Amino acid sequence: MDFSNKKLAILFRVGDANVYLTNTLVSTWTIGLVLIALAFVLRLMYMKRYQDAPASGSLQNVLELAVETMSNFVTSTLGHNLTGLGGYFFGVFVFIIISNFSALVGLRPPTADLSTTLALALNTFFLTHFLGITRQQGEYFKEYVNPVFIFLPIHLIGEISKPISLSFRLFGNILGGVIILGLLYKALPILLRFAVPDVLHLYFDLFAGSLQAYIFTILSMTYIRSKAEGSE
Amino acid sequence: MDPKAFVLGMSALGAGLAIIGVMGAGAGQGYAAGKGAEAVGRQPEARGAIMSTLLIGVAIAETTAIYGLLVAIILLFANPLIGKL
Repeated sequence: MDFSNKKLAILFRVGDANVYLTNTLVSTWTIGLVLIALAFVLRLMYMKRYQDAPASGSLQNVLELAVETMSNFVTSTLGHNLTGLGGYFFGVFVFIIISNFSALVGLRPPTADLSTTLALALNTFFLTHFLGITRQQGEYFKEYVNPVFIFLPIHLIGEISKPISLSFRLFGNILGGVIILGLLYKALPILLRFAVPDVLHLYFDLFAGSLQAYIFTILSMTYIRSKAEGSE
Repeated sequence: MDPKAFVLGMSALGAGLAIIGVMGAGAGQGYAAGKGAEAVGRQPEARGAIMSTLLIGVAIAETTAIYGLLVAIILLFANPLIGKL
């Protein structure tokens, strides 16, 4: 059976290599468009009817609750100096969680492709070291030779393995769900396909999906904080 | 014997063996979750902090299992050995 990313059409050519329109690209763009449209709609509705003391149960209340929860979460994990990153992590969290849920509507989750998760993990990687260098300056480099110079390779390997484990964890979890559900859909008779996989969708897409989104964001924040503030 | 059949069969065996590595992660995560439950039982007011620490630890323990799973998946669906025949 074939669970790989299907190439739907050729987008453009770079030299001799074709760049294909894949299932992942289609679902990434769909999710991106949906999120942007949602943001525009919420923004326009929210700005039009802004109230200082909104009625209970109104949309503004719900949005303020979401933003405040995320803001508290970011402040408690990242510390007070880095709360400016809250917007980025809110975006990453929402993108990952919607990507993982997108298997429910029949899209191939973009996070079941190593390119997506590696891109997100590399964002974290560069952000970590950029903030580490700008916030800590000399202290940042001292940590690599802590306690003696011989430990330099170990520290370097530890730093390189972080984005790898971060991306492979998300990728493996979601791809595992995709493969298990694909095998089950092929194995079941047609009538049972409407009933039996629901429980597994509940586990692999909703539970594992939201858990992995949470873990990705909280681990990224922990890495960034440990580099930006030093180990003490 | 067809060498392709041999490589494919051995790859399937290897995938099965790679999945054995997942066992350790399962045991480790179960132990961590049990300790987490103990900690919540002893200090119910620290539930939030214990939960987030537990989730981070469990996620890191899971990494090895995910590597095993990836090895199995690569051997089954994107076999690099077939191309070397």
